[in-house]
Formats: sequence, structure tokens, C-alpha cells
Amino acid sequence: MNLLLFGALPYMALALFIAGTIYRYKTGFKYSSLSSQLLETDRLFSASLAFHIGIITIFLGHLIGFLAPSLFIPIGGSSLVIVETIGVMFGVLALIGMVLLFYRRVTNDRVKMVTNKMDIIIEILLMVQFIIGILIAIDMHWGSQWYLSNMVPYLHSIFSFQPDISGISVMKPLAQVHVVIAFLIIGLVPFTRLVHFLVAPFHYILRPFQVVRWYWNPKTINDANRQWQDVKRPKNN
Amino acid sequence: MNVRAQMSMVFHLDKCLGCHTCTVACKNIWTDRKGAEYMWWNNVETKPGTGYPTKWEDQEIYKGGWERTKSGKIKLRGAGKLKGLMNIFHNPNLPVIDDYYEPFTYKYLDLIEAPQTDEQPTARPISLITGKPIDIKMGPNWDDDLSGTPDFARKDVNLKNLTPAEQEAMFQLEQMAFYYLPRICNHCINPACVASCPSGAIYKRGEDGVVLIDQSVCRGWRMCITACPYKKAYYNWNTGKSEKCLLCYPRIESGQAPACMHSCVGRIRYLGTLLYDADKIEEVASSEEKDLIANQMDIYLDPNDPEVIKAAKANGIADSTIKAAQKSPIYKFVKEWKIALPLHAEFRTVPNLFYVPPLLPVMASVTQNNKSDGSELNPISKHWSDEWLYDTSIDEIFGTIEQARFPIKYMANLFSVGDTELMTEKLKKLMAIRIYRRYKTVGDISKEKSDRALAEVNLSEEDAEGLYRLTSLAKFDERFVIPAAHREQAIEMAESTADVKGSTGMGFREPPVRGL
Ligand code: HEM
Ligand code: SF4
Ligand code: SF4
Repeated sequence: MNLLLFGALPYMALALFIAGTIYRYKTGFKYSSLSSQLLETDRLFSASLAFHIGIITIFLGHLIGFLAPSLFIPIGGSSLVIVETIGVMFGVLALIGMVLLFYRRVTNDRVKMVTNKMDIIIEILLMVQFIIGILIAIDMHWGSQWYLSNMVPYLHSIFSFQPDISGISVMKPLAQVHVVIAFLIIGLVPFTRLVHFLVAPFHYILRPFQVVRWYWNPKTINDANRQWQDVKRPKNN
Repeated sequence: MNVRAQMSMVFHLDKCLGCHTCTVACKNIWTDRKGAEYMWWNNVETKPGTGYPTKWEDQEIYKGGWERTKSGKIKLRGAGKLKGLMNIFHNPNLPVIDDYYEPFTYKYLDLIEAPQTDEQPTARPISLITGKPIDIKMGPNWDDDLSGTPDFARKDVNLKNLTPAEQEAMFQLEQMAFYYLPRICNHCINPACVASCPSGAIYKRGEDGVVLIDQSVCRGWRMCITACPYKKAYYNWNTGKSEKCLLCYPRIESGQAPACMHSCVGRIRYLGTLLYDADKIEEVASSEEKDLIANQMDIYLDPNDPEVIKAAKANGIADSTIKAAQKSPIYKFVKEWKIALPLHAEFRTVPNLFYVPPLLPVMASVTQNNKSDGSELNPISKHWSDEWLYDTSIDEIFGTIEQARFPIKYMANLFSVGDTELMTEKLKKLMAIRIYRRYKTVGDISKEKSDRALAEVNLSEEDAEGLYRLTSLAKFDERFVIPAAHREQAIEMAESTADVKGSTGMGFREPPVRGL
């Protein structure tokens, strides 16, 4: 059972995630934030802001712990309390945001029209995940330490294709459920609106304001003296 | 000089009859779909009025367009790199559906299926979003022909610097005047929508300057909706993608006029190519307010100038495009006769849709003012006495702006960044052409008077003939001078023919359905 949940599920989820998002990206049209702000804006404001600020901070926290555990190791004593408290605060923020978003989705007549099954499923999963996360933080103190000693090695073992589930098997059920749901969510990403965070538009910062697309480089295509082979597609096509 | 070609338009407002045929043509072809019902890529507004979406011109509300900073540069008012990314989770400047209107239809089937009773059956209105019965509060054209004036026309943003007395004069019951303002996307030279798009999905076509949204790159971050000061980018709530007027590019590529223009009953619309100097875009867009229009006029190049032709060829502009630019009706209206102006140039997007302003409301006020002459329309001959209507001491006609039914200041707020002199000049030109034609056809005006009127506005007789012809007689090919799109290249433009040999069609290879 443990092997199935902690050994097999992660690979199924990751495979689905990678194949699914690439397939969906290739077919093009279906990547969008699917914003519902045009239909309802007032309630979205606090809900969306609270949720996204919360989730992105939490997500980054987990990610940094996983990628660069050494950053967290020296943390101890009073700073540990601070880190934990901040973590819980953002977790609660995300939870409140998600609850408000969910409530908005199921009560506003207009937003209901752009809500589908997957929205409901994923938002419920996220809410459950946040609640468990917060419970873990309260029930099993100093998560930022045992996360490093038990979880990170387990996750590393998954990603280096030598699954070693000993670390996770000894964790409390609460933490185990947290991991299972996490992989469930990852596997579901390509089937939900969550794909939108994969295309977060950071490249905007670097690009020039105006975008002009040429079908062909006009200087070369209209030059009769040029050999056909010399004509190159412009990069933007 | 970096010469580029631009598809541009002139709408002759003096001829617009407000029939909305253009609007319906566009709707039938492009936006008769779920999620797009509320969009009107072409719409016709009554001025004075608040327009669609309500009060779109008020950038205090919508934060569209560019603004000039103290250092003389420009920045996006409500979007941009920092602001756009900060506001991405919730865009505080996004208009919502109620600013447009909630799209609706009627339950027509109820009319047929109602049981026989003494009362007439009714078809209740239902929302096209929720499918539930609604109480209609707004439509896309709720204030047509000044209906509901206290709620709409009185709140026109362009009345901002008119004195209460001037405003009062405009809304005297028997003196009210209005005209129509048809609007489509301006396919701007410095488009705010393009600049605001975090994904880089919106682009200007290099070949003809049409501004398009790449549907497979758009991610629904909805910044273009805020950034376009004309509110001509729309968010499709069903597909989660933004959409806008595409200048009917599939039609112009095959030599047809855009649907709204082709169908125009008043024949007010003209389409043609302008050549412009892309090196000057930033300079023009960031000029001081009073120079905006003059500088914009300078960015357009003379297509008959050998230097320009040489530079255009060096830039790879096709000969057919240069030729079209030489025959362009837009060039004539905008540069040669200088009678058309852009709408709200102060938004700094350098729009490519120009308007010949309407003359009639100004004339009508003069009729009022001169009643004391005792001169009236002769009811039998339908002939106005020469003394006042055709009095060519034009100063007198335009000198009494304070009493005009349509203050020049109001018109100037729309078309000339508040410059009343520039506005007056255009109206005088329109007047001069009328005087000239009256002299020609009816003959009750002397040649000197007509010559004097033309001289005052710097038009030659030849110009006057040309203007008259293009305004009243021009056939399809004169109104729409559309260069070949070079489709033999166009196919290769879109994709490498070798890659897709044996497959059919271009564009979408999957239906545009909403993502999960
Ligand atoms: C930098 C990354 C992200 C950006 C730029 C972003 C942006 C957005 C935007 C624009 C919306 C639409 C809001 C509207 O209705 O107008 C949205 C909705 C949503 N996002 Fe994100 N997001 C990001 C990351 C995430 C992450 C990491 C998650 C969860 C794992 C997430 C979950 C959601 C959900 C569930 C909704 C739907 C909310 C609702 O309307 O019920 N987002 N996001
Ligand atoms: S009118 Fe608006 S949508 Fe059209 S090009 Fe200009 S900024 Fe973009
Ligand atoms: S040019 Fe075409 S898409 Fe644009 S408003 Fe006219 S009919 Fe609509």
C-alpha cells in the first residue's frame, strides 16, 4: 500500500503532468487564466489576492526547501518560530482566499456559468490540502526541520529515480495524506485551469513594448537577386 | 527613414445616418458566438452621449491609453510592466460586463406555445450569460438619438470644460442637436493594447499594420481591455481569451472591403494605405499635447516623393502597396485636403482612423441666430435668402460660437485635443465646399463669393472638385483602395508549405473551445 501511494503514485502523477501539459500546450488554444473578473469583480478582489499571495509564498517555501535545503538547516531557535509562524500565516491566507473563491464560484449566478467540474474538484482538493497543511504545522511542530530530514530525502529519491520510501513511511498519517494529495494535484494540473501558472508571463519584463510580426523578412523576400534558399523565416513565426 | 505601410480609414461623419448597418454586418460575421454576444467591434454612438461601454472616454475611470510623464516620456496609464504584473490576480481597472451591458435575448418560443387566452402572450427577456429572466437595464446603444438624455448625453465626458451656460444651450429642448460617431479599432501606430499584453499575444502585422490577438498565445490576463483607451479590445468570458476587430483581414487579403465598410449605407467609410516613418513613433506619441495632431500628420509620408518611394522599396514594401498608397483616399482626406482628424489623439496611441467632422449642428445654430433678419425658408421655392445662409463672411458664421447649438469646444474635445482653431478650420472647409457646389449647381451664389470661401480655407478649385467627388460620387474602387496581399507569399507567410503539404487550410487546427 505504502509502495503504491508513495512509490508509484508520484511517477504516475509526474508522467501525467509532463505529458498532459505538453500535449495541451501543443494544441494551443486551451491555456488561459480563464478569468471570471468580467462577470464579477468586487468579490474576486480580496479572494483572488489573498489566495494567490498565500499559495505562491507557500509554494515557493516548499520549493526552496526541496531545491536548496541548506538554506533552512541553520535556522533554529527563535528564528525557527518566526519562519513557522510566517508559513502558517500564508497558509491561512491561502485557505481564506480559496474558501472565498470557492464560495463565489458556487453562489454567483454569472460565475456559475463558467464553472466546470474540474474547477470544483481542484478547489476542494486545494482547500483540503491547505487545512491539512495548517493542521500539520500545529500538530507536528518544527516542520521546516523534519521536512528537511524526512521529506526532502524522500522527494529527492523520487526525482533521482531511486525511490526510497523509508522516510515517508514513518511520518504521521496527516503528513502522508498531505503528500498523496500533493501528487494528486500535480497529476490533475493538465486537466484543470491550474495550467495557467505554468505560463505566468515573466518574459513581459524583458520584451520591448511593441510587437510587430512579419510573415517573412520583407527585405529579403522582395529582393529578386537573392537565391530562394537564402530566405530565412523570421524568428517570430 | 523606416517606411512602413498602414491600412487606415476615414469616416465622413457628415454623411453618417446612424443606421447601424455596419454594426450588424460585423456582428453577423464575427461576434455572433457564445461569450462574444456583448462585444460590438463596430458600434455607432450618439454624440453627445456616454457611449459604449458607458463613459469609455473617461480615463479617470478606465485608465486606458498612454500618459506623458514629467520627463517627456510616455507610460501606460493603467497597465504596463510593473502595474500589469502587480495587478494580474485582480485588475482594478477592468470594466465589468455591466459597464457594457448584460447581453440578452427573448423567449420567443413562449409566443408560439402560449395557450389561448384573452391576453397577448409575451416573450420575456432572458440573460445570455445565465439564461435566467432579467430586467433589462442597459443595451449597447441605450442612448441612441439622445434617448434618456439626463442620464446619458448630460454625462458626456467631452462636456468637461464647457460652461454650464454652454451645456444648457446644448440641451434646450427644441435646439438639441446630435450626430453619430461610428467606432472600430483604430489599428494604432503606438497601440496600448499591444504594449500592455504580458504574454506578447497581441501584435501589429508588419505588412499592413493590422493589430491582431494571437488566440493561441493569449492567456486571458485581461490587461489589453484596460489599456485600450477606445475600449476596443474585449474579453470573451466563455473562451477565456481576448478578442478585437481584425479589420476583416481575411476580406482585405482577398481584395474585399471590411464588412462594416462594404455594407455602409451612407458610404461614409474609406479605406486605404498610408506610408509612415516608424522611426518617429516614439517622438510623435510623446509630443506635447498641443503638437500631437500636427506631429501625427507629419509621421505620414508623401507616397509620391521619390525619396519616400526609394526608402519604401528598400524596406521591402511591395510596388503594389506603394501604388495603392499613391491612390489612397485616406492620404487625400488627411494629408492633401487636411479635413479629417483622429479621435482623441490625447490618448497617444496614434490612431489610424480619421473622422471628417460633421457640419450640420453648427449651421443650424446660425439659422436660429439670424431669424431676426426676417429671412425664412421660402416654403414654395425651398430657397433660403442669400443674405445669411450663404453669407460668406464666414467669420460671422463661426464667430458666434458662444451661441452655437454645438459649441466648437465640444467638437474640439473629441477631435482636436481641445484646439478650437483647428476644429473651426475643418468646419470652414466643409462649409466652403458647400458654397462652391451651390455656386456650381444652383448658381444663386456668385463666383466671387465661392472663390473667396475657398481661398479663405486654402483650397483650390481642383481640391474642391476632388473633395466633392470623393465625398458624394465615389464608387467602390475609389473609396476602398486595397493593395494586393500577395497571397502567393501569404501562404508561405503563415507556414512553410513543405511542412504542411497535403493538409488542408490554415489557422486553427483545433476548435476554439474553453480550457478546463
Ligand atoms: C505566478 C503565478 C500565477 C498567476 C500570474 C496567476 C494568475 C491568475 C489569474 C489571472 C486568475 C484569474 C482570476 C480572475 O478570475 O480574474 C487566476 C485564477 C486562479 N488561480 Fe492563479 N495564478 C498564479 C498561480 C497560481 C497557483 C500556483 C495556483 C494554485 C496552485 C493558482 C490557482 C488558481 C485558481 C484555483 C484560480 C481560480 C480562482 C477562481 O476564480 O475560483 N494560481 N490565477
Ligand atoms: S484602438 Fe485599442 S485595440 Fe485598437 S490598436 Fe488601438 S489600442 Fe489596440
Ligand atoms: S473591420 Fe471587420 S472586424 Fe473590424 S469592425 Fe469592421 S466588420 Fe468588424
